[in-house]
Amino acid sequence: MLLIECPWCGPREESEFHCGGEAHIVRPLHPEQLSDPEWADYLFMRSNPKGPHRERWVHEAGCGRWFNVERDTVTHEITAVYRMGGPPPNPSAAPGRKR
Amino acid sequence: MTDAPFRLPSGGRIDRGSPVSFSFDGERYTGYAGDTVASALLAHGVRLVGRSFKYHRPRGVVTDGVEEPNALVQLGIGASGEPNARATQVEIHDGLAAASQNRWPSLGFDAGAVNGLLSALIPAGFYYKTFMWPGRWWMKYEYFIRRAAGLGRAPTGPDPDTYDKSWAHCDVLVVGAGPSGLAATHAAGRTGARVLLVDERPEPGGHLPGTSQSIDDAPAEEWVSAMVSDLAAMEEVRILPRATALGYYDHNYLTVLERRTDHLPYRERRGRVRQRLWKVRAKQVVLATGAHERPLVFRNNDRPGVMLASAARSYVNRYAVRPGTSAVVFTNNDTAYDPALDLADAGLRVVLADVRTGLSDARRSQLRRRGIELLAGHAITDVRGAKAVTGVSVAALNSSASAYAGGHRKIRCDLVCMSGGWNPAIHLFSQSGGRLAFDEARGAFVPGEARPAQFSAGGCNGTGALAFALSEGREAGKAAAAACGFRKRGGTPLPKVDVVEETPIRLLWTVPSRHLGRRLDKHFVDFQNDVTAADIALAAREGYRSVEHLKRYTTTGMGTDQGKTSNVNALAILSETLGADIAATGTTTFRPPYVPATFGALAGRDVGELSDPVRTTPMHQWHVEQGAAFEDVGQWKRPWYYPRDGESMREAVDRECLAARGSVGILDASTLGRIDVQGPDAAEFLDRIYTNGWKRLAVGRCRYGLMCTEDGMVFDDGVTLRLGEHRFLVHTTSGNAARVLAWMEEWLQTEWPDLDVYCNSVTEQLATASISGPFARQLLTELTTDVELGRDAFPFMSWRDGHVAGLPARVARVSFTGESSFEVSVPSGYGLSLWTALMHSGQRYGITPYGTEAMHVLRAERGFIIAGQDTDGTVTPIDLGMEWIVSRSKDFIGKRSLGRADTTRAERKQLVGLLTDDPEEVLPEGGQIVDTVTKPPMRMIGHVTSSYFSANLGRSIALALVRGGRDRHGEPVMVPLERAVVPARITEPRFFDPEGKRAHG
Ligand SMILES: [Zn+2]
Repeated sequence: MLLIECPWCGPREESEFHCGGEAHIVRPLHPEQLSDPEWADYLFMRSNPKGPHRERWVHEAGCGRWFNVERDTVTHEITAVYRMGGPPPNPSAAPGRKR
Repeated sequence: MTDAPFRLPSGGRIDRGSPVSFSFDGERYTGYAGDTVASALLAHGVRLVGRSFKYHRPRGVVTDGVEEPNALVQLGIGASGEPNARATQVEIHDGLAAASQNRWPSLGFDAGAVNGLLSALIPAGFYYKTFMWPGRWWMKYEYFIRRAAGLGRAPTGPDPDTYDKSWAHCDVLVVGAGPSGLAATHAAGRTGARVLLVDERPEPGGHLPGTSQSIDDAPAEEWVSAMVSDLAAMEEVRILPRATALGYYDHNYLTVLERRTDHLPYRERRGRVRQRLWKVRAKQVVLATGAHERPLVFRNNDRPGVMLASAARSYVNRYAVRPGTSAVVFTNNDTAYDPALDLADAGLRVVLADVRTGLSDARRSQLRRRGIELLAGHAITDVRGAKAVTGVSVAALNSSASAYAGGHRKIRCDLVCMSGGWNPAIHLFSQSGGRLAFDEARGAFVPGEARPAQFSAGGCNGTGALAFALSEGREAGKAAAAACGFRKRGGTPLPKVDVVEETPIRLLWTVPSRHLGRRLDKHFVDFQNDVTAADIALAAREGYRSVEHLKRYTTTGMGTDQGKTSNVNALAILSETLGADIAATGTTTFRPPYVPATFGALAGRDVGELSDPVRTTPMHQWHVEQGAAFEDVGQWKRPWYYPRDGESMREAVDRECLAARGSVGILDASTLGRIDVQGPDAAEFLDRIYTNGWKRLAVGRCRYGLMCTEDGMVFDDGVTLRLGEHRFLVHTTSGNAARVLAWMEEWLQTEWPDLDVYCNSVTEQLATASISGPFARQLLTELTTDVELGRDAFPFMSWRDGHVAGLPARVARVSFTGESSFEVSVPSGYGLSLWTALMHSGQRYGITPYGTEAMHVLRAERGFIIAGQDTDGTVTPIDLGMEWIVSRSKDFIGKRSLGRADTTRAERKQLVGLLTDDPEEVLPEGGQIVDTVTKPPMRMIGHVTSSYFSANLGRSIALALVRGGRDRHGEPVMVPLERAVVPARITEPRFFDPEGKRAHG
């Protein structure tokens, strides 16, 4: 069980949180202008890397706030916690999505 | 009282002033406080304690601790019975009743032992090879296999004991109170760090009290006592005895099972928590879990009376028990020498056979002084005896240890002590994600690269010598505390420990048989699961190269002991057979729990009515008093139906349904999810969440809405009231309220933080009674003066604030039944008053409370869906025939997906009605629909989602999802059931008042 540092409440048990999947996937502003493959890419495709992964978490059983976490998917080490909309740390570390 | 025949006259950690009486297989025995079942039985000369799993071979005690594969006992029977308890760990207490397992009719005579005679017919993978064909027979085979196999008996009733869970947060967690664990705790504790020391044994010291070891020229126990009293004086140090670390998870989270009362007589247990599961989060962890001695793999090494050398030594020193009268010690390393000396000192005649030849003079002279005969370069080639060892054969090995050089000599003995080296207890290290390394010289897996904030010290780190174990422990404790910011200068110097020069181990994974051609079929590797060296070699020949596959095929390491004594031997033999490196073969995965745990401890207090929260409405007590049957909807208890004097469910539901359309029905709708959505952008937000538009909804009006997930599938529905320019009250499905609120929050926080909107659950703030039927308006008129109820003043799909029965109320003209309905909501504290007022005034109209079943029937008559019943996450609004609610002029979540190829294809399952040819036939929900009945498998074209008997229509009705169903109205289909094939016809999914006029009435 992970120990996650909620930016609002401090370190809490993973069981208080819910993971919302990969972060920094922006909803297209004009979905109707996208081709089917482009829309499917937004809807279904995720990067699933081995190593650093930026993902969204919500402190469900706590303050209820969403935030971003950078977590190594192999070691589960959490290398960064940052607010929604904030710039990702260590820009070179994570293999971000190309979009 | 005369003492047991094998009890030494003095010594040991037992309390001779406290005799204890217990029973084993119905026979009474006495021992002392401090004894285990195993030590007390050995003191009485009881050797045979169990039968093996597959061959039912007689088995005795092999170890003195947690790794015991053989001596498993059943403790008690019935609800508090516990199977597979390790006799080597169970402390005896007055009244304890233990029984051997896996034997019938008795331990001495076991009918299943015939399996042993047939063992040549039960090779590795026997069950896979024999019982897998033909497939349908497996059920029959399984019955006999389960009867023949199986160790203990599972408890038969609810567990009567109480269990607890507790959190612990500490700077340093030390696992294991052996020499390195004590040294680590002491070094960390003296800095002021908060240290938790957990240890599986009743008393600290690890293996030390079982040895004759000296520390600082005094018995090791004195050093242990000094450490313990030091630790007791440290305020931030806590020691948990009888506490086994079960699992090591991410970020230094460990679970620890503390057995608090299992060692006490039953009368002292009452009112106390039996076991406590500790959930420990530690900043730093020191693993000091020690090592387990490894058996040697030789012919008939499973006879009762063959045990590990360290175990024999422990029985002498810790329990003052002679485990025999005449012993042959068989070893490939130096650690069996001290046990041999201690056995000789305890009065046993001892012969020591060592597969090595170049032994040190120090060792040779130690043996000589005790008169122990040394057979250097020798091995045991066979063990004789049936229910107890009677002797062994020994012979000199050739230089490559592949065969014997000389003749075979028989030696009479009743005890064989073996040592094949040591396996560091790396279970927790490995669970935490640490990488293992293989130490070629010692033939052992040792910790390699560790996860952060973790240390290994002593035996579990591959460090056998006491002096090094102590210094490693001290350094680990110091470093762990320092990493938490605790430092202190000085410290006690390391104690003085004698060091004897050691001769390196000579690895010999299988000891050749007396006759070389003979199979290795009685050379046991896994005692508990009866896996022999021959089984492993056979599996290797059959192509099993991965150790994970070998494990499952031969079942090695799959017993309750999880192969603590057998795994390394098994994979070494596999590697040898394959001609591969042990390091490359690798180990199987170490998984929690380290020892079997009771379900009770894992459940803790979360049992019975505390297992899940129960939510009730303010009117709940009324429903209970009316004798309502209840249905669970999420965590809610909702009235299902209200049976009157002996009515069946069908009769009650029919009556309720007729009343709701014929006079007036009343439903407790308080469980509906309610979300208060406020803010200047509230309408814009709802426009994005719902498929339909909200900006033009007037204050005072209501609108039904449908929401989708981004893939275009229906997620929830409900009616929303516009309370003000910037305020809406959203209703959700009862079971979906929390999910919808979380959904809204997610979009607001992560995608649209620019929207100025706030959402809040107000489900529990309101109580709602929904009255429905031709007399609903008249009834309400009697109870309100300030709400204008006329059709024109208060049209369908609008709401008004006012008073009902003198209570502040909001009345909404919405309808889930299709009748003229009013939903009256009051602050939840007034809920029961509202309900009783409506019931009282409603009497003359024949008011009838109806439950969720009638509600479902009534809405199905009108073809209203229930999200989650008629939809399942694969259904779009179009599939439901609800295009009318899908806006074309604005974007919303899921809109783009409705244009995807998959969501527009004609063959999608679509909502239809289904009428059976026989109006009395009620289809089961989930029933599969086909066009034509063929031999299975048939082509399924859909399934029934809702199905009821409708009293108002006098026939059965059903809703279904059918491929391309909207173009098939009027067509016949079949629903094949187990009992019959039911013919039916596809219809419009509306059975009653298809124009929906009555709701406006
Ligand atoms: Zn929080």
